[in-house]
Amino acid sequence: MSTPLYSIPGSPAPAAAPPPAPPDPIGAARTVNEVLAGSRVEAVMDELDRDLVGLAPVKSRIRDIAALLVVDKLRANLGLVPAGRTPAPSLHMCFTGNPGTGKTTVALRIAQILHRLGYVRQGHVVSVTRDDLVGQYIGHTAPKTREVLKKAMGGVLFIDEAYYLYRPENERDYGQEAIEILLQAMENHRDDLVVILAGYKERMDTFFRSNPGMNSRIAHHIDFPDYTPDELLQIAERMLAGRQYRFGEGARAAFAQYLGRRTRQPHFANARSVRNALDRARLRAASRLFADRDRVLTEAELTTILPADILASRVFAAAAP
Amino acid sequence: MMTNPTGRVTQGQFSFLPDLSDDEIRMQVDYGLRKGHAWSVEYTDDPHPRNTYWEMFGMPMFDLRDAAGVMLELAQCRRTFPDHYIRLMAFDSTRGVESIAMSFIVNRPKSEPGFGLVRQEAEGRNIRCTVHAYAADRPEGERFGA
Repeated sequence: MSTPLYSIPGSPAPAAAPPPAPPDPIGAARTVNEVLAGSRVEAVMDELDRDLVGLAPVKSRIRDIAALLVVDKLRANLGLVPAGRTPAPSLHMCFTGNPGTGKTTVALRIAQILHRLGYVRQGHVVSVTRDDLVGQYIGHTAPKTREVLKKAMGGVLFIDEAYYLYRPENERDYGQEAIEILLQAMENHRDDLVVILAGYKERMDTFFRSNPGMNSRIAHHIDFPDYTPDELLQIAERMLAGRQYRFGEGARAAFAQYLGRRTRQPHFANARSVRNALDRARLRAASRLFADRDRVLTEAELTTILPADILASRVFAAAAP
Repeated sequence: MMTNPTGRVTQGQFSFLPDLSDDEIRMQVDYGLRKGHAWSVEYTDDPHPRNTYWEMFGMPMFDLRDAAGVMLELAQCRRTFPDHYIRLMAFDSTRGVESIAMSFIVNRPKSEPGFGLVRQEAEGRNIRCTVHAYAADRPEGERFGA
């Protein structure tokens, strides 16, 4: 009779054979290429380059971080782990930039990269704002924050508009409690959780000045620049292509004109404004086609945005003398 | 029978095996999460085998993706109740199932005194038998030291 793999309570434990190590392509890697091949991280970085327009400083920073992680892996494979400290590097990040500059999108990509390199186990992103972390009465905040942290474990916790957590004008605000719990989790669960804070540059700076503990625990501050008009046009074309639309003759120039006027107006939110403008242009294109009931519509007509659809925007009406 | 010769309470899965290590618990939790179950932590100090409704430690944890969150809650429960029975339960919310899919004990008191057989003389020469946990002679909260 073969011996059981478990020990029966009260009887001496059988000598446990060490389980065979699972084949780990990254574990045995000695060159950068081997790590990249084992983790398929290159594919995500290429995708990042290809899918996202502009954002050159962000991309180079992410490449730097990815390179550091790859080299860290190689060092760990050779046993070069810093003595007396946890080997997990601090990966908490802060994304600052104006609205619509792609902070959330990049956070999703970062989660993928970290997942492929094995720094987070699941690679999901939990996106929260102040409402999800801060409670309404005493004793409500801590369980709420902890629940969010538990959901985010093994992935990335993305806190949008993080500066709202700290409200200096109200000294009994529960946001401070949420910040303290976050800080503790960022320190103690570094290998379970990566926290990314996002928000506008100036307000995040104020936030960090009043919470120095937060600032020192975030290793990577990445600033997202505004898009140039040219990049916004490229984004618009990609958005249209993604929905099987295209600019008709002269529509691209009309949209460039539209962007020129829209960027000077208040509340311009970069890519988000572009998306909204395109959605409105699609609405107008649809009602233009809707008006003509008996015509047979060709594929070209159904996929083309005409200059008239864009020029009907109230941005042009307001700017007209 | 609901108890075994070593006097350990046997309820749920794995209870005839030696205690699971934290890594083994994590693997089981991950398995449950992959199946889409929601984990919860419960504790009790009444070792009777038919004691199925234990006290909840915090809310059931829905929408988790990784075992680390459950392990965090379990560590907290162990700190609070080091000498209680603690079990993890996985709730399957599939329509039509909506019940516990996995349940296993993850913490036991240091010593489990076991059970005595109580005999009651009934009508005629009938004897009614029941098990009685020695630990249950003491008031709740003081049953296993501490």
